[in-house]
Amino acid sequence: MKFKKRLLENIEAYSYLTPALLILFVFWFIPIIFSFYLSFSNWGPYTKITTAKFVGLMNYIRMMQDKKFIQSLVNTTYYVLFAVPTAMVLSLFIAILLNQKIKGLSFYRTAFFIPYITSLVAVAIVWQWIFNREYGFANYVFQQLGIPQQKWLRESTPILNLFLGPLGIKLPWYLAGPSLSMCCIIILTVWQVIGYNIVIFLAGLQNIDKSYYEAAEIDGASIWQRFKYVTFPLLSPTTFFIALISVIFAYKAFVPMFVMTPDGGPDNTTTTIVFYIYRRAWELDEFGYASALAYVLLVIILILTLIQNRIFGKKVHYD
Amino acid sequence: MVLNKENHLAKLNKNIVQFVIYLILSFGAVLVVFPFYWMVITSLKTLQEAQSIPPTFIPRSFHFKNFVEAWNSAPFGRYFFNSIYTCSVIVCVGLISSSLAAFAFAKMQFVGKKVLFFFILSTMMIPGQVLIIPSYLIVANLGWLNSYKSLIIPWLANVFTIFLMRQFFMTIPDDLMDAAKIDGASKFRALWMIVIPLSKPVIITAGIFDFLMNWNALLWPLIVAKRPQYWTLMVGLSSFNNDAGSKFNLLMAASTFAVLPIIIAFFFLQRFFIQGIARTGLKS
Repeated sequence: MKFKKRLLENIEAYSYLTPALLILFVFWFIPIIFSFYLSFSNWGPYTKITTAKFVGLMNYIRMMQDKKFIQSLVNTTYYVLFAVPTAMVLSLFIAILLNQKIKGLSFYRTAFFIPYITSLVAVAIVWQWIFNREYGFANYVFQQLGIPQQKWLRESTPILNLFLGPLGIKLPWYLAGPSLSMCCIIILTVWQVIGYNIVIFLAGLQNIDKSYYEAAEIDGASIWQRFKYVTFPLLSPTTFFIALISVIFAYKAFVPMFVMTPDGGPDNTTTTIVFYIYRRAWELDEFGYASALAYVLLVIILILTLIQNRIFGKKVHYD
Repeated sequence: MVLNKENHLAKLNKNIVQFVIYLILSFGAVLVVFPFYWMVITSLKTLQEAQSIPPTFIPRSFHFKNFVEAWNSAPFGRYFFNSIYTCSVIVCVGLISSSLAAFAFAKMQFVGKKVLFFFILSTMMIPGQVLIIPSYLIVANLGWLNSYKSLIIPWLANVFTIFLMRQFFMTIPDDLMDAAKIDGASKFRALWMIVIPLSKPVIITAGIFDFLMNWNALLWPLIVAKRPQYWTLMVGLSSFNNDAGSKFNLLMAASTFAVLPIIIAFFFLQRFFIQGIARTGLKS
C-alpha cells in the first residue's frame, strides 16, 4: 500500500516536471554534451556533420595559433576590465546619493533605469549615430571643446596610445587598452547597465541598519570614514553579486558589437569571443572549430565564477 | 547664542550638500536621457537638417513623415507581429511549465529531487551563447529552421523563472496546502487556487523578465530565422541598420518605434520591474 502511494506520488511529481525538463534536456543538456563532442570534430565547410571525423585536440591546438582568436580574447577582457568597474563605481556613487532621503527618488531612479529596459539593438543604433564620424554629436562636442575630431567607431588605435601618442610613446597593442572603437561600445554598455546596478545597490543600502550610521556619527566619523567602515563592508554581498553577474554578462557580449560594427570593427578590435564564434560558425561554416571556441568561453566563465567565489567569498560580510 | 549659530551653520551646510546632490543627480539624469532625446529629435528632422553642422537641438520643422517612410521601407509590421506573437507564447506557456516544475520542487516529494534541482541550477551557470551551435543543429535536424517553432520552443522553460518561483513557493506554509487537502482538493487545485494567487507579484515579475529577454534577443533569432518573414523586430531592425546606410533620420525613427512600446509598458509596470530586480539581487 505504502509503496503504491509513493509510486503514485512520484508519478504525479514527474508529470508536473516533464514539460520543463523535456525542454531543458533537449535544448540545454544535450547541447552541452553535444558541443563537447563537436569541439573534437573537423565539421567544417567541406565536411558534413555525417562525414565529420574525430580529430582529437586539433581544434584546441589550432586556436592557440589563431591570432584573431587571441585578439578576441584580449578585446573581450579589456571590454570587461573597463566597462564593469566604471559602471559599478558610477552606479554606487549615484545609489549613495539617491539614498540621502532626497525628494523625487522615483523620478531619478526611472531616468537612470530606462536605458536598461530598452532593446540593445535600438540603443546601439542611437549611439552609433552619436559616434558617427562625420555628423555625430560626439564630434560636435569635441569641436566645441577644441579637441581634434575622432573616427570613433572606425578608430582602431588603443585608448592608451591615443593619450600617449603625443608624448611619443607607443605601447604594443595588447598592453594599450581597448581601441577607441571598443571604448564607444564600453560607453554604451556603462550607460545601459547603470540603472540595473543602481536599483540593486539601493536595495542593499536600504538594508543597512541606520543605527550603524548613528553610532559612527557619534564617534565623529567623516563621510569618507562612514563609507569605508560602514557602508562598504556591509554592502559587500550586494557588490559581490553585481560584480559576478556583470563580469559574466560582459564576457558574453555580442549584440552592441554586432550592431555597431558588423564587420568586427577596425582591425577586428571590437570582435568579442561570442562575435568571433558567430563569424566562424555562420560566416565560415567552421562548426567544429567554433564549438571548440565556445567550450573555451564556457571554461573561462566557469573559472571566473570560481575565482570570484574564492576572492570575494571570504571578504563578503553576511549580516 | 553660540549653539544657535552652530545650528544655523550646520543647517546651511546641510542645504549646500543637498543642493550639490540634486545638481549631480540632475546632471547625471540629463546625460542618461540625452541619447533618447537625440534619437527622437533626429527622427523628426529632414536628412539635410540631421546632417547639418552645428546640429540643431530643436528640429526646424517636425517631419513626422519619416516614421511612415521608415515603417514602409521594411516589413516592420510583420517584425512587430513576430516579436509580439513569439514573446507572448513563450511567456504564457513558459510560466505554466515553470510554475508546474517549481511547484513540484517546492511542495512534492519524489525520487531524484536533489539531483534534478542541482542539474537545473547548474544549467543556470552555462551561458546560452555557448550552446548555440549544437542547439542550432538540433533545431535544424528537427526541420524547424525558418519557422516559429525554432523561435519559441527552446525558450518554453526558463531555469531562472523556475528558481525564482520555487523560492517563493517554499515560503507558502504547508498548513495552507494541508487545509486544501482536507477539503478534498487535489494538488493541482491547490496550486491553481492557493499557490498561484498568492504568488502573483513573483509571477508577474518573472513574466516581465522573460518577455523582455526574448523581446530583446538577437543572436538566436538571427541564426534560426534566415527568411525575413520570420524575423523578429530586433533582427529586422539590425538588418535595417545595415541597409539604411546614412539615412540617420529614418534609422532614428525606426529605433524610436522599436523602443517606444517597451518604455510605455515600463511606466505602467514599473513597480514590478524595480521590485523584481531588487528581489533577485538580495536573494542571491
